[in-house]
Amino acid sequence: MSFETAAELAAAVAARKRSAGEIVAAALARIERHDKILNAFTAVTAERARAKAEAVDAAIAAGQPAGPLAGVPFAVKNLIDIAGLPTLAGSKINREHSPATADATLIARLEAAGAILVGALNMGEYAYDFTGENYHDGPSRNPHDTTRMSGGSSGGSGSAVGGGLVPLALGSDTNGSIRVPSSFCGIFGLKPTYGRLTRAGSFPFVSSLDHLGPFARNTLDLALAYDAMQGPDPHDPGCADRPAKPVTALLGHGAAGLRIAKAGGYFRAGASAEALSALDAVGAALGAAREVEIPEAARARAAAYVITTSEGAALHLDRLRTRAGDFDPDVRDRLIAGALVPGSAVTQAQKFRRWYRDAVLQLFEEVDAILAPATPCVAPPIGQKTFVLDGKEMPLRPNIGIYTQPISFIGLPVVAVPVAPAQGLPIGVQIIAAPWREDVALRLSHQLETEGIVRAKPAPGAE
Amino acid sequence: MSDTDDLDAFIDAGARLLGIATRPEWRDAIRLHLAVSLAHARIVGEFPLADEAEPAPVFKA
Repeated sequence: MSFETAAELAAAVAARKRSAGEIVAAALARIERHDKILNAFTAVTAERARAKAEAVDAAIAAGQPAGPLAGVPFAVKNLIDIAGLPTLAGSKINREHSPATADATLIARLEAAGAILVGALNMGEYAYDFTGENYHDGPSRNPHDTTRMSGGSSGGSGSAVGGGLVPLALGSDTNGSIRVPSSFCGIFGLKPTYGRLTRAGSFPFVSSLDHLGPFARNTLDLALAYDAMQGPDPHDPGCADRPAKPVTALLGHGAAGLRIAKAGGYFRAGASAEALSALDAVGAALGAAREVEIPEAARARAAAYVITTSEGAALHLDRLRTRAGDFDPDVRDRLIAGALVPGSAVTQAQKFRRWYRDAVLQLFEEVDAILAPATPCVAPPIGQKTFVLDGKEMPLRPNIGIYTQPISFIGLPVVAVPVAPAQGLPIGVQIIAAPWREDVALRLSHQLETEGIVRAKPAPGAE
Repeated sequence: MSDTDDLDAFIDAGARLLGIATRPEWRDAIRLHLAVSLAHARIVGEFPLADEAEPAPVFKA
């Protein structure tokens, strides 16, 4: 086994060159060997995975068509329901919850395409996190330097995919929790349009802003997973009633005919040399000569912050009353503060959100995609509490998402692509498209990958 | 009163009224986060919006 892709594995299984059973056995062995250090997994569903692999192999042997993800091992952030396990959402408190009685819809859809669930992944408590640290389970670790953060809150997802344990994982993104770990761990992540992928069967954080999406080590795998998961779902009121719009067959169209710009102003201020160098490399490769100003981005970030802290506090208010001592202290103190934010501020933030959406959609009449850094810096060391942003020392945990928050605030689809220097740590760039145009962001990601500008570099020690 | 005193008074009264029992050692962090959140709320509140502006989520019966 090496840094194999989901597409390669599925093709080998469909051609009967490899069995799902041997692929799953190898994935379980890798997890057993490497997760002692990476700490990406909080549960390994080995028995279930072996049974599913047997079923996939038996179906193919019986002449049934292999799914597009046949035999592909995957894992999910532990806020996504897995039948038979309590859904932790990174918390101590939820360990006492009854086991989920069914899989989340997205797991069922991936497994219907032949993929095989191998476990649940570590995450920041209740998803209020950008570091990948977890007070109860310990930090998931960055596969490129295990003394550094994986990024949060889907830290285990970034660590497991970047570390070569699985080719595919699911995570959630409220303010950047798919794009930040993608950047730090040097992999590809898709945060789809708000409402595109169902959240049914996942533990919420901020209903106004919550998204689910996939992580992979290349664009084709992201597209295959995304296509397998699209479609309406009456069990998530936030899920759009729109038919699936498959993207995989469109990847080869590349940048042809697309107008691409780089985000300036807010999205350059505070960025490290590594972040700007990655952005400029991606921009140059795509011929993005133009720079556009996303209007009121700082205010959009402020509004996302207000909605997040208030809605998050409302979700957890009863637990704050009765179990405050059982929270991660960093999360608890932010949520208690959030409970005290006046409701008028939240309503104003939601009104501003509509204004900002309209203003940014006007930009998309002139361009098809906007490029911006995913994170202001490469992965910081685990435990670091502050960093220098735009010349000022700032708390690290709430500020890693400064470039992701203004984008998810209005639900725009984004692919985070990894720029990986020969030496040093990777860092991500956001390819941002208009609502429902995941195809545009994925086409550009695919072109950049074909040209060798972005890649998921194997981590040291990854097989 | 200083901003710190105001925030502490707000936290004391607000937490008590909401039924959240805070401990003294949590205070500095709660105050810091509340100050940041209120600063963000101020930035949002300074943006002029028409009285008729609709919030982003619109309920449909």
